[in-house]
Amino acid sequence: MNKFKLVMLSGAWCAFALGMVHSQAVELEVTHWWTSGGEAAAVKVFADAFNDGGDVWADGAIAGGGSIARPVIISRILGGEPMGATQLNQGRQAEELIEEGLMLDLTELAEKEGWRDFVRPAKLLDSCTLDGKIYCVPINIHSFQWMWVSLAAYNKAGLEPPADWYEFVASSQALRGAGIVPLAVGGQAWQLSGMFGTLFAGLSGVDNWRKVYIDRDEDALRGGITANVWRAFGDARDLQAKNNTVQNWNDATTQVINGKAGAQIMGDWAQAEFALAGLTAGKEYDCLPGLGIAPVLDASGDAFYFPKVDDPEIVQAQLRMASMMMSAEIQVAFNLVKGSLPIRGDVDMDEANECMNKGLAVLENENNVLPSGDQTFSPDTQGQLEDLIIEFWSDPDMDPADAQAIFADIILDAD
Amino acid sequence: MNTSKRPNLWLRNMSAKVAAVPMIATALIVFVGCSVWSVVYSFTSSRSLPKENFVGLKQYERLFSSNRWVESVENVFIFGICTLVFSLIVGFSLAVLLDQKIRFENTFRTIFLYPFALSFMVTGLVWQWMLNPQLGVASVVRNLGFENFEILLLSSREYSIYAIVIAGLWQGTGLVMVLMLAGLRGIDQDIWKASRVDGIPAWKTYLFIVVPMMRPVFVTTLVIIASGIVKVYDLVLAMTQGGPGISSEVPAKYVYDYMFGRANLGQGLAASTVMLSTVLIVLIPWSYMEFRDKQEKSV
Repeated sequence: MNKFKLVMLSGAWCAFALGMVHSQAVELEVTHWWTSGGEAAAVKVFADAFNDGGDVWADGAIAGGGSIARPVIISRILGGEPMGATQLNQGRQAEELIEEGLMLDLTELAEKEGWRDFVRPAKLLDSCTLDGKIYCVPINIHSFQWMWVSLAAYNKAGLEPPADWYEFVASSQALRGAGIVPLAVGGQAWQLSGMFGTLFAGLSGVDNWRKVYIDRDEDALRGGITANVWRAFGDARDLQAKNNTVQNWNDATTQVINGKAGAQIMGDWAQAEFALAGLTAGKEYDCLPGLGIAPVLDASGDAFYFPKVDDPEIVQAQLRMASMMMSAEIQVAFNLVKGSLPIRGDVDMDEANECMNKGLAVLENENNVLPSGDQTFSPDTQGQLEDLIIEFWSDPDMDPADAQAIFADIILDAD
Repeated sequence: MNTSKRPNLWLRNMSAKVAAVPMIATALIVFVGCSVWSVVYSFTSSRSLPKENFVGLKQYERLFSSNRWVESVENVFIFGICTLVFSLIVGFSLAVLLDQKIRFENTFRTIFLYPFALSFMVTGLVWQWMLNPQLGVASVVRNLGFENFEILLLSSREYSIYAIVIAGLWQGTGLVMVLMLAGLRGIDQDIWKASRVDGIPAWKTYLFIVVPMMRPVFVTTLVIIASGIVKVYDLVLAMTQGGPGISSEVPAKYVYDYMFGRANLGQGLAASTVMLSTVLIVLIPWSYMEFRDKQEKSV
């Protein structure tokens, strides 16, 4: 065999092999903004599962968080250069893309696999649905209504760790006496308004929350329950460090991890920080969903969308990916790493830690699930409430009753 | 008849008038037209898109009952007065010092003007870092041994607006200085010789002869500073985001937030209309006076 033939032959083999690969494996670019250590590990669960299925996951992580990634993702879809799949928030922006016919319709797959039967809470799938058709895959549940307690701080002060918000407030003086800041707080507006929302849901319960935020009932707004929440928010204001200069939420969480602060009110993404620091739930830290009083969680989460393309092979691969993300074993594996809760009601979370189990128990009952603020108020009203909350927080002389009056006016005027 | 002797006023200098038409049209359509549009829609309940459902003065009632707007207006007054007074005084003093035929004048001029080359965004970030209670200048001084030293400008409700004033002055005073220096250089040397012959001390010459002669320079500078005050936005955004709480909010930020972030066009336009009318209330009597002065002089 001369050299020429050899080259020809190997070339033909190569072409054949490539052709084989092409007909089976499809490379899909997946854009998302999960770049921190824990988040990247969670993405790897998806990527490995997708690659094991014979396809290729081309990772397109965009650094800098959602506010930077979203415009990039949307302009690429609008500009006719869609990726294979992308993380995107459910809401108005995605809705416009769907109305333009730029997103893949997943209804057929969803019906075949029976997503409606096992996705829990059902509102997660509802927010993926437009005109009866399903356009995205919800993949996890995050919620804000958690309080994280540092057991180390309570040990140091020689106190029993609190079981709810009121016990926490009662123990705050003793914590201060031991040189511990009772409440760790990051000063950014979204954290303060999230904390207020958590106090509201936790202290007043789902029914009152619904009366105020959905029915906008004047008696409830001006009444004792709302007053109680504002007083508690005033307590929280006094429990933070004097001249508090912490801004980022994870810096505040670090104070709880180090035992420098007693507790923090923050979403369950904080749990990834505890895990990263090697802390175990129930041993070094404790968690109180709904502040230990009312079992309430708001259950929002992340979702993946699949931009529409013409190539049927790519569409098949997109459907394979959607199916994989929804499958029971991947849901468990992914959410264990991400620190969030799975969206399926029918999976075993044997490996879930104590906090996750507490969260799952709350979600068992659909009545414990709050609608998120995005759905209840216009951005205008949300902005006004945020202004009020940060004004109250920064001004120690502002009376809770005055704030409550303004709060009621804003909500009663809301459209 | 008179008209037959004098050509029609409208037809004189035809080419110059034709050339000015695009500029006039731009001014009318863009400035006047858009301002009128803004004012009209400030009386509507427009959300993210302009709609003609008029609601009277509702937006204005809401505006003035909002704590944030009242705080914003107070802040822009504090910022405005401090900036005007200090940048004029410091800028003029620096210009006078540079005017003493010193060595390395070019070097000093460059150094003082340099901050002006930075955007407000960068200025704000730099000062935010410097005034940061944990990392900034405060920490340097603490490391020198003064362990209780603290700069709490940025984290205090009472003083956060002054932190913004400081950053604004640092950025803008150089420009005022250069304008003043140009004005000083435009003063005829014979005046200095004359005042020296009369034995008038230098500071008196500056204050009572040179400053009145520099009136046009002061007017120009005033307009530049004043427009900077009204539109201050990015400096606040970079330094404090309006915080702590709402203690360093400014009107321009209110307008921006409501028009874009909070999808309430009517409220944003009502706020911008109030800003516009405040400027006009100051500007109209002033320009009227200026205009009348010139007429009297020409007579």
